[in-house]
Amino acid sequence: MTREELQAQGIPLDAEGFLADPSRWTPEIARALAREEGIELTDAHWVVIRFAREYYEKNGVSPTLRQISKGAGVPTKALFTLFPKGPAKKVARIAGIPKPAGCV
Amino acid sequence: MAEERHMAFICSKGNLDMAYPALIMGWAALGQGVDVTIFFTFWGLDIINKKHMDRLKLPPVGIAGMRTGMMGFPVDVGMPQILGVLPGMTAVATAIMRKKIADLDVPPVSEFLEMLLDAGAKLYACKMTVDMMGLSQEDFVDGVEIVTAGDFIELTEGAQIVFI
Repeated sequence: MTREELQAQGIPLDAEGFLADPSRWTPEIARALAREEGIELTDAHWVVIRFAREYYEKNGVSPTLRQISKGAGVPTKALFTLFPKGPAKKVARIAGIPKPAGCV
Repeated sequence: MAEERHMAFICSKGNLDMAYPALIMGWAALGQGVDVTIFFTFWGLDIINKKHMDRLKLPPVGIAGMRTGMMGFPVDVGMPQILGVLPGMTAVATAIMRKKIADLDVPPVSEFLEMLLDAGAKLYACKMTVDMMGLSQEDFVDGVEIVTAGDFIELTEGAQIVFI
């Protein structure tokens, strides 16, 4: 699924490419957004994505990298390998949740 | 965002409140896909010195914004500088800031450095200061490299420089 196809299905993205409505997220959308980032999702990615979504649903805000690392038990190094070049934004985008508001 | 954005922080001070800006901004930059280099020089070397990094202090003297709230008093008003020189004031201010930092779930300096290195940041110690202070590689956390000022300038060509 490309961005255009997402839009055509009534799943709009905001200017930065984040899902405008987190409740419309599906695993298929995650795969499409990941592919745009050049990432093919593996089980290790899904651990992170599922944790990020659960955290958002529970707390109403997106987790920071440190919260993901501690909460999902994924070391920092792994986060930066799984989602290279900017995991803070990439995890949130693929998980269909807003940009994290915390700094650390 | 430009593909190759690179930020370089120069840490020249070793007080507790001077350590965190580069650590936090550097971490934020890495999270956004920006390359990060941190150069520690003069008192900033304490931030990567195994003996000192988790014992950095916050001396209240000379901080114009220091308020009584930051010193644990219930009333938050400007604090006369003269009080800052009283014995124990540095320890009090340090303990309170440390607690405020921990309450925000921000890690201590040693753990923060580990996170930065794991995330791909490059940490450098200024060779001249290392020599001047009689320090050596063993004094620093693993992953720190000792380089000259000239090396640093070369390594950060095109980077955005932040001096702290």
